[in-house]
Amino acid sequence: MDADLFLTWVRSTGLNIAIGIFVLGTLWRLVEIYSLGRKRDLAVPRHRSGASGLHTMFRRSVPPPGMFKRSATSYVAGYVFHIGLFIIVFLFAQHIKLLQELTGLSWPGLPTQFIDATAVVTLATMLLVLAERINKPVKRFLSTFGDYAGWALTFLPVLTGYLASRHLLLPYTAMLALHILSVELLLAFLPFTKLIHVFTLWGSRWYNGNANGHKGVPV
Amino acid sequence: MTASLDKGISVLKEMIDAPIASYFSSCVHCGLCAEACLFYTETGDPKYTPIHKLEPLRRVYKQEYTLLGRIGKMLGLSKPVSDAELEEWKPLVYDSCTMCGRCSLVCPVGNDIVYMVRKLREGMAISGHAPEGLIGASTRAVEIGSPMGVKLPAVQAQMRHVKADTGIDIPLDAVGAEYMVLMSSMEIINFPEYLGAIAKIMKQAGKSWTLCSEAFEATNSGIQIGVSDIAKVLVQRIVDGAERLKVKTVISPECGHAYTALRWEGPNLVGQPYPFEVLHILEVLDGFRTQGLLKTQGFEEARLTFHDPCQLVRRGGVFDQPRNLLKMVAKDFVEMDDTGKMNWCCGGGGGVSAIEEAVPLRLEAFKVKKTQLEKTGAKTLVTACANCRIVIEEGMEHYKMSIPVVGVTETLAKHLVEGE
Amino acid sequence: MNDHDAPIHEKNSHEFPIHETLGDSLAQQGISRRAFLKFCTAMASLMALPPGTATAIAEALVKAKRPSVIWLSFQECTGCTESLTRSYSPTLENMIFNMISLDYHHTLQAASGYGAEKSREDAMKNFFGKYLLVVDGSIPMNNGGVYSTIAGRTNLDLLHEVAKGAAAIIAVGTCASFGGIPNAKPNPTGAVAVSDIIKDKPIINISGCPPIPAVITGVLAHYLTFGGLPELDDLGRPKSFYGETIHDRCYRRPFYDQGKFAKTFDDEGARNGWCLFELGCKGPVTHNACATTKWNGGTSFPIESGHGCLGCSEPHFWDAGSFYSALSMPASPLKYVAGAAVAGAAAGVAVSIGNRIKKGTAKSAHQKATIEDLEK
Repeated sequence: MDADLFLTWVRSTGLNIAIGIFVLGTLWRLVEIYSLGRKRDLAVPRHRSGASGLHTMFRRSVPPPGMFKRSATSYVAGYVFHIGLFIIVFLFAQHIKLLQELTGLSWPGLPTQFIDATAVVTLATMLLVLAERINKPVKRFLSTFGDYAGWALTFLPVLTGYLASRHLLLPYTAMLALHILSVELLLAFLPFTKLIHVFTLWGSRWYNGNANGHKGVPV
Repeated sequence: MTASLDKGISVLKEMIDAPIASYFSSCVHCGLCAEACLFYTETGDPKYTPIHKLEPLRRVYKQEYTLLGRIGKMLGLSKPVSDAELEEWKPLVYDSCTMCGRCSLVCPVGNDIVYMVRKLREGMAISGHAPEGLIGASTRAVEIGSPMGVKLPAVQAQMRHVKADTGIDIPLDAVGAEYMVLMSSMEIINFPEYLGAIAKIMKQAGKSWTLCSEAFEATNSGIQIGVSDIAKVLVQRIVDGAERLKVKTVISPECGHAYTALRWEGPNLVGQPYPFEVLHILEVLDGFRTQGLLKTQGFEEARLTFHDPCQLVRRGGVFDQPRNLLKMVAKDFVEMDDTGKMNWCCGGGGGVSAIEEAVPLRLEAFKVKKTQLEKTGAKTLVTACANCRIVIEEGMEHYKMSIPVVGVTETLAKHLVEGE
Repeated sequence: MNDHDAPIHEKNSHEFPIHETLGDSLAQQGISRRAFLKFCTAMASLMALPPGTATAIAEALVKAKRPSVIWLSFQECTGCTESLTRSYSPTLENMIFNMISLDYHHTLQAASGYGAEKSREDAMKNFFGKYLLVVDGSIPMNNGGVYSTIAGRTNLDLLHEVAKGAAAIIAVGTCASFGGIPNAKPNPTGAVAVSDIIKDKPIINISGCPPIPAVITGVLAHYLTFGGLPELDDLGRPKSFYGETIHDRCYRRPFYDQGKFAKTFDDEGARNGWCLFELGCKGPVTHNACATTKWNGGTSFPIESGHGCLGCSEPHFWDAGSFYSALSMPASPLKYVAGAAVAGAAAGVAVSIGNRIKKGTAKSAHQKATIEDLEK
């Protein structure tokens, strides 16, 4: 198969399949998780827990007191690569164009040079994160195949996207096709790996914040 | 002699709910919970990472409640949880977890890890993998009425001592009193000053109160070992006693887990809200303070610091009250690093202090408290949990420190304006 | 280009069919040496040869015997021939007709009917193994190839016959090179490229719809000068013309790098000459020389006149989604979404019903635990 045919396939059939699996898998997993339900808390709340679940959804993005010092690399690297991914995915002109086609919504993008720099920083940070996972005893102890696979599924789209936009290593056509393919792999596997946390972390934070808010503890 | 793996797994299946499913699905293995756990920070052993302690629960969740997990189990790709595995996890689920909930506070994806430890213990206990120390305490609690085997005569002896010391009669089974006071066995045996302090304060505040002959014990081994059916029996005694005496408020003593058991778990255990209110003694005292019912004189000259009992603060929401109260009588009050909801556990909560084989590890974990304490330069440590108090005293003895540990209530009572 | 080192004269003198030399032909038409040298210089630069080569080319070409060329037109639109013959400046591209002896070409030959076929057969016989075969158009394969016949014979049959004695085959245009528009879905005639059929001859693809005339000339000049095919890319195209993408050499590239894109054909960005990527320009995936050689005597090329590149020199360009949706734009990505959403929700609900039953069973199996239940 030549590069153009490959590109055509990943842009049409491949993407259709990947988005299909992504939507199917995500809905299935979310229904599977949240349909388990939970018991109502019969204890009289300290104050009405109100928006404490919502508060935790945002508050938990900030390191709790004393924690930053204990694990600075985890926090800094975590911030950098998550924000980097956000910038690359949502503020790169070509991606905005794609999302506009899908959703009808559009917003201003950032200059290509800035996106390029972000990609380099994100890639470097993700390598650091991998090194940490391999070197830090706790992280290594906890790590399973899924953790490394999740890392690779996230890393490859950024790498191939960068190489494609900078016309490096392979002809643009082939690299663009590989980029789209890697995104498709990410989409298809996301619901079935720990990457599902992009959705469930909001639920988790909400449950935690809500249950503790019931007792009057802002967590 | 009827504990079995099947019953344990079945109980876990009952326990697993949407929050647990969400938590396990969200975990990214970042390991930050380890940094929040004193058993990891003081030993450096990765096996004490909180989320790892939940591995059996995660496997049951995955194999029973997810499609992929079920398929994996059917195809033999994942083995079912075994007795051997649960036995291997016993030291992780019991000895090295005080259910202090610090991990639940730091998890970046928001997992309430201690919530899951509580549930996993249900399955562990019913499948016969609970530590002997906790089984013994639970047995005594159910059969004798107190985990330490304290019976009513011991309480009555305390009442007589207080009468002799202060001249105050302690009401027993007084129907219609406003407050029903509970105690922990630790207070009955080791810290008799608590009851005397209550008597003096209640007298000054002019409040009616009573002890209950059938429900003087506040502690609840059931929630520590993780058997809700037993926890319910113990809570029900208090509910029955309070209803019989028609009290308005039941006061949980200076004890952490008793407050969690009675205030937060109790209504869920008995299946309905109480017809009375439950307050921690610190909440009651702080209420008296704001109403001007608490008059003190003089100050503690020595530098004081306060150890937040986990179940009271991080798991209970009582934070400002002890500080308000201590500031009435302390000239030099200092906070530790990581205070309030971020405070470090004494190392003996969640039933750990009752587990014989966990003592060396608990003393190791105590180093974090030792460091915190030494940094404050405090001459007296005040706390509001008899279990914290005894664990800290033991820890300090081991490390040859000599800082007296006292309760908030007795410290206040020392400074009450007499004769009003 | 390995042929550089080869002795030019020796190689040329006997490898090509003898009509007359190219020099004779030029002289007959009154083309000056100066004009010819200019042509050779242009060819050398087009093919990215060192500057000094121009003289060598000129010498080689003047002495070269004009090869016999048989031009077969299959499923095509004659656009490739039009491109070649109607070029604005006759001096450059028309040189080709001075370089070769075009013995058979439907559109251009005077002869017709049996006479026309006879001239082909004569050329094939007289120059067997030495003539060049040029093909434009694709070859239909379905139903025995009945969709295109010449003199009652299918294109496939004719191609096999003529290819047998050809020294090399030049596939002109995207149809001959890759199947082109006849090959577009659903490809009713079963159209294929020359290279899908002929496997035992050197084939050079000069793709484009149509291809740039100077590229055809350049390849022929190279063939005459060096006696072999130029270096080819993985799609059989000469690297000197197809080595870079339109995007690589596009004068609007700086706007792409700055993220400045025209959003419609009549907005401020379009007027300012910003990048046409978002309007569907296929420049980044299209290998051709349009951005450097340009068209109509170097006047302009599609992007310069305000329209994105269609990608016509690439295989399957007709099937690669809309000409007007950006490259990053998938054709119809939400095709299965509704179905997937229903299936996903159904799977989730099915699992959750199973889960509820399981949890309910566990609850009803619950025996109240007492302290006796704690010991094994």
